[in-house]
Amino acid sequence: MKNTTRFLLQGVAAAVVMTSFAARADVQKEPRFPVNNPQPVEGQYVHVPPTMEDLEKSDMHPELKRVIRRGHDLFMNTQQLRGKNVFNSMNCSSCHMGEGRLPFAGPVWPAAVVLPNYRPKNDQVNNLEERIAGCFSYSMNGKPPAWGSDDMVALTTYHQWLAKGVPIYQPGKTLYGRGYPNLPDPAQQPDYARGQQVYEENCVICHQADGAGVVKNDKVVFPAVWGDTSYNWGAGITRHFTLASFIKHNMPLGRPNSLSDQQAWDVAYYINNHERPQEPRYTGNVKETREKYLETFHVHTSYGLEHDGKLLGDHDNVGEKDFLKPDALIRRTYTAD
Amino acid sequence: MKKIRNSGRLALALGLAISTAHAAQGDAKAGAEAAGLCLACHQADGSGMNIPGGESWPRLAGLDEQYLYKQLLDVKSGTRESATMLPFVNMLSDQQLRDVSAYYSQMPATPAKGGEDASEARLAHGQKLAEQGDWDRYIVPCQSCHGPDNQGVGASFPGIAGQHANYIEDQLRNWQKGTRDNDPQHLMAAIAERLNDEDIQAVSAWLSRQPAQ
Repeated sequence: MKNTTRFLLQGVAAAVVMTSFAARADVQKEPRFPVNNPQPVEGQYVHVPPTMEDLEKSDMHPELKRVIRRGHDLFMNTQQLRGKNVFNSMNCSSCHMGEGRLPFAGPVWPAAVVLPNYRPKNDQVNNLEERIAGCFSYSMNGKPPAWGSDDMVALTTYHQWLAKGVPIYQPGKTLYGRGYPNLPDPAQQPDYARGQQVYEENCVICHQADGAGVVKNDKVVFPAVWGDTSYNWGAGITRHFTLASFIKHNMPLGRPNSLSDQQAWDVAYYINNHERPQEPRYTGNVKETREKYLETFHVHTSYGLEHDGKLLGDHDNVGEKDFLKPDALIRRTYTAD
Repeated sequence: MKKIRNSGRLALALGLAISTAHAAQGDAKAGAEAAGLCLACHQADGSGMNIPGGESWPRLAGLDEQYLYKQLLDVKSGTRESATMLPFVNMLSDQQLRDVSAYYSQMPATPAKGGEDASEARLAHGQKLAEQGDWDRYIVPCQSCHGPDNQGVGASFPGIAGQHANYIEDQLRNWQKGTRDNDPQHLMAAIAERLNDEDIQAVSAWLSRQPAQ
């Protein structure tokens, strides 16, 4: 009974949020450019994470507030770790839009309540720090802050605070807006040429014809979507279905859900058929690496496949960093019973 | 060992140029003459004028050349409705439109007005919208497109820091009304329609008080 009430209340909160997404100022009632994210369905757990204003108003310990603020700052401006932990033009908030709070934009609070858990990607049980280390190693083509370091603790604290009030080990698939939900299979096989056209009509104004995005006064304005300063071949978003869903639900910025599913699949395929820094798990042979991680990952990417007469990922380019795989990515062994 | 070629500044500059629909090639010197038509409102130093309760005249000094040129074309074609500007735009040849764009783009930016009396609470709200947005209403921060310190990015995203508050307000309302409909992919219109009255006044006041560089 208590649970039901809780869900209903959460549902109301969601309705309020979703209504405000759709609310138009004072000029017209129907928005011309609706957000159109999916509504919560019955059985889904809806969580509206706290805001930084809520943090300031709360009576948590000042030191805890300070660490959460630091985590938020690192999350929004991860480029402050450029050359140390981040070796491309990404911030956490480049993929986890809206301060990591936004549904359908990879909100980060779910990680705090479903981990530790088994992850097929590295075939072991990961905790929250290890999950964040994955982002640094792949999506940011870098190396994670040290386990238990100030920066790592600040980031995990920010994640966990966003999940405030959510019961731990919620069944993952019932969390409203988690990750980038799979789009329906495309009606037509995703196509490079069609994707290029979608890119030129919708993406090029920010991400540029060469995919390098825009950096102004040493600040990243629009992140690179391929090339040396983009995510590497091991990043989750190199999977076509992940990028397609990210694009559908978040791009162009401010106009989510304005592309068709087919357009999202096509442009994701186009972007992810471009070169990028080497997969950190590279064995020295791209076909072998693809094969080794095929089932759990590369079946969904173009890594090690031929495009335009060349094998994608057949190179030793690691981008701006001077190592292939960060030492922090460790294979865990449990020997005691 | 194969290496991805490092795209650097040249490629970036090329990319920005390619993404612009109209590559203006203006002559600032010739523009100085043609701008005789403009200076009654936009002033000799390109500073424009903030006119509360009336139609404010934007600062043009230091704005991107190609952005300015496109705005003039859009006034001509009607995607940016302006009864005030239309007769003047129609008096200038295409080359002169390019020339005045070059002329104003090369002037040093001047300070803006209109935010002097805004309360601290209003300024704080404006700063929040400009720098962090309000994602629960899907209002993305201004600077996510208008760039660091809202100084503008290339030809498509003009500098809005240091622009007159009443002019920014007018434009946001024009987007809401649809009388300004010339933004690429409706990126601005989508955000403008999610702003309420207080948002518009707050963000305009705060931006007007930031220096244009």
